[in-house]
Amino acid sequence: MAATGDTLILGTRKGLFLFERRGNDWKLASTSFLGIPISYAMIDHRTGTLWAGQDHGHWGCKLSRSRDRGRTWEEVPAPVYPAGEVIKNSLMSMDPKAPENPATLKYIWCIGPGGDDEPNRLYIGTEPGGLFVSDDGGDSWQLNRPLWDHPSRVGGQWFGGGRDNAGIHSVVVDPNNSKRVLIGVSCAGTFETTDAGKSWVVRNNGLKSSFLPEPNPEVGHDPHLVVMCPGKTSGLWQQNHCGIWKSKDGGQNWVEVSEQNGPASFGFAVAVDEIDPDQAWVAPAISDECRVAVGGALCISRTTDGGKTWRALREGLPQAQCYDVIFRHGLDKVGDALAFGTTTGNVYYSNDRGDHWKCLGTNFPLVYSLRFA
Amino acid sequence: MVRVAFTRHLHRFFPALAEEPTLEVEAGDVAELVGRLDARFPGLGGYLVDDNRALRQHVNIFVNGQPVQDRRRLSDPLDDHASVHIMQALSGG
Repeated sequence: MAATGDTLILGTRKGLFLFERRGNDWKLASTSFLGIPISYAMIDHRTGTLWAGQDHGHWGCKLSRSRDRGRTWEEVPAPVYPAGEVIKNSLMSMDPKAPENPATLKYIWCIGPGGDDEPNRLYIGTEPGGLFVSDDGGDSWQLNRPLWDHPSRVGGQWFGGGRDNAGIHSVVVDPNNSKRVLIGVSCAGTFETTDAGKSWVVRNNGLKSSFLPEPNPEVGHDPHLVVMCPGKTSGLWQQNHCGIWKSKDGGQNWVEVSEQNGPASFGFAVAVDEIDPDQAWVAPAISDECRVAVGGALCISRTTDGGKTWRALREGLPQAQCYDVIFRHGLDKVGDALAFGTTTGNVYYSNDRGDHWKCLGTNFPLVYSLRFA
Repeated sequence: MVRVAFTRHLHRFFPALAEEPTLEVEAGDVAELVGRLDARFPGLGGYLVDDNRALRQHVNIFVNGQPVQDRRRLSDPLDDHASVHIMQALSGG
């Protein structure tokens, strides 16, 4: 059952809120985990199961699922790094005198369904850089060894961006070929498997990382989010730390399409149309050193020509005294519906591809993830 | 037998703990204690220790009023009459 855009799931710093569409409005249907940070939450379109990754300050990362849209929950074992594994990719670990840094689950970055032909498969991307796979509907999780042992791990090419260690925040399964999966790692870049995770190829050609002394390394880039056009799976987009890139050949080559004289450049989130790979939306922010809304005004920027031109969509969004940033999983799109949630707890939605926006609420906790179902 | 008391925070996730504010458990060291608690309240161990069985950064275990010394392996010994408190560290907002 494909997402209809009639359900909106907010993963916030103080709990999970599920809204249902009622005509032109939204109604709160359930509140879960009040007071607990929800790093990511989504509904698996294949099963209708609602998943929530929790980031307890004290008790570690937990994983829960609900088969009744949040009315009742079941905690399932969260991914566990195998005993004895160490983080061998951190910059600190390059010092031979540095103590070993044991690998332990630090953050659940994303939870993603496998292909429609493998209904029991799910993926979880984590910090410190492990991809976990379940083939029993999420009852148990195994670390993907080929990626964990990838040769690019050594030499400080994987490192933390904003957090202490590298994190896998994007897991994209090709809807036409479930064995083809792309992942995005901050920081390392984009990787692709075409054999269901048995081997991984670096897909960073064309990227540029201005924060490195050598801006074009094979590995060491910072995609903030990687998305695929389901209707044309060679069409990929990434909102990168250093700008916006797209690929027309399935990630083999990336071309920068950042706006030269406008806000669409730095940001975290990106969404692509389900049918037309030339239509994409980003959530601009002032770069790096500052990280607030551009010009104190909220906008979503849209391109309909593959990034040749961008248009800032502002109708219905506040245009003064805004300091919001939209995190990487805070923007989503289904059909003509878009919605986003911000670091200052504002949630807006559009029913016409971003031309006009309405406010869902302004007093939510910080929004880590906003997903349609 | 070791007497164990828990922070009320954990009652939210393990309601059965609220029914037994003080538990008596047989254990020779803190690691063994955590294992026995996890067997009695499945999943509880994962709230106290990480993937490597080290004490979580923001969890404190006190033995006879003193914080455990070996947070990595939890090898602190427990005598028959030890009193253990399992608490969360104060952090965040």
